[in-house]
Amino acid sequence: MKRKSQNITNKIWSCSAIVVILIVWQAVCSLGWIDSFMLPSPIQVVQAFIKEFPTLMEHSFVTLAEAFWGLALGIALGFVMAVLMDQFEAVYKAFYPLIVLTQTVPTVAIAPLLVLWFGYEMTPKVILIVITTFFPIAVGLLNGFRSADKDSIHLLRAMGAGRWQIFRYIKLPGAMSQFFAGLRISASYAVVGAVISEWLGGFSGLGVYMTRVKQAFAFDKMFAVIFLISIISLLLMKGVDYLQKVCMPWDKE
Amino acid sequence: MSVLKVNEVSKSFEHEEIIENISLELHEGEIVSLLGVSGGGKTTLFNIIAGLSMPDKGEIYLDGEIITGKPGYISYMLQKDLLLPYRTILDNVALPLMIRGEKKQVAREKASEHFAEFGLEGTQKKYPAQLSGGMKQRAALLRTYMFSEKVALLDEPFSALDMLTKGTVHEWYLDVMEKIKLSTLFVTHDIDEAILLSDRIYLLTGKPGTITREIVIKEPKPRGKDFNLTEEFLAYKKEIISHLENSDKL
Repeated sequence: MKRKSQNITNKIWSCSAIVVILIVWQAVCSLGWIDSFMLPSPIQVVQAFIKEFPTLMEHSFVTLAEAFWGLALGIALGFVMAVLMDQFEAVYKAFYPLIVLTQTVPTVAIAPLLVLWFGYEMTPKVILIVITTFFPIAVGLLNGFRSADKDSIHLLRAMGAGRWQIFRYIKLPGAMSQFFAGLRISASYAVVGAVISEWLGGFSGLGVYMTRVKQAFAFDKMFAVIFLISIISLLLMKGVDYLQKVCMPWDKE
Repeated sequence: MSVLKVNEVSKSFEHEEIIENISLELHEGEIVSLLGVSGGGKTTLFNIIAGLSMPDKGEIYLDGEIITGKPGYISYMLQKDLLLPYRTILDNVALPLMIRGEKKQVAREKASEHFAEFGLEGTQKKYPAQLSGGMKQRAALLRTYMFSEKVALLDEPFSALDMLTKGTVHEWYLDVMEKIKLSTLFVTHDIDEAILLSDRIYLLTGKPGTITREIVIKEPKPRGKDFNLTEEFLAYKKEIISHLENSDKL
């Protein structure tokens, strides 16, 4: 009960901050301190959002589809890598440094290459998202697997459990919270990754829409799409939180 | 006939002998304590009996069959309850059956039959974090029993509990043991606990650890609450303490 009311007070603070910023922003625009083609007012942004809503939804659908496939494959790849690295020390030694290396390569640098190799369709985008999303998943899971309680593992061994059973009963469920921590990051990476890859070539998607409105100097639409992307990322993260609560019922305390 | 037999077991780590020539026997339905100071090689012996490590010399027999170095025959319970936090109490207790390959549903049914007997009624669907320390140890003992109805190793299972809880848990433990007749090798450093619970006590002393004395506790079971206040109890206690002190001087 106490925690809940505390939560509400926290929200009141952050909400009021946002409201104050919006008021100041609107005032700056209304008073004509900044030209409205340079910085559209919040009201103009909302108007643009409403007017462009059908188009935005169409593009969102494409971006979300890319993000979904990229994330799904990223989770699968991350999971397989984590299991292999946990079970085979040689795989760990060989691939862990390589995996870390992939994360030092800037995405904007490889995206154009991927477009050249795989064309303007969905493939290069999904690949880029896989590269950015598998890492938090793999590292989170691997840490979870490796921090499994040694005494519990010994007990299960004494009970005659094999490698696979130890994995299933101890390591996998024990790594769930780290997995979800990774998934939270990956989910927002997936959307951002999709948008970046669309900037660099494509026919539809929020990133393509962004480049178009930028070239038309339609800053109100630009802000509208920026907010939309933020909202999508936030919703995805909330979705992950919800999924975590459903999948980890023991974690309520 | 002895259920569990440890025959002349020795083990050393990095050229230092930890235990030397240990032999002991556990008969059907008996509670036998292995009493010794901490660091005396109790845990080493324990891992060897559970099949988790190989002795340098000697064998372990279960029902006359050699099981040296083979896990999967004898389960144990530690001071840490080791209940898996993400499984309900029922699923924790049913785990040994599932490891053996029983179907989830069957394992659950078999496990839930014993909840009342162990005083765990109503905890089936709870998670370990929602239970008190004493209750968790009950669940851990039931899990050990589900693994084998014959023989179990208990390594200082109640030493993390406070005095008062310990008292009630001991009472509960003796009561349950009357019903299930689980042959138990009980490792402890608590002299009172050993006298209170055991049929026989082996004293493990020295470095490397060896068994230097065997004491039979003749008091019949079930033992009354105030057994630990009787003359007999004190006599056993004196005998054990003087033996431990004497062997320390050697």
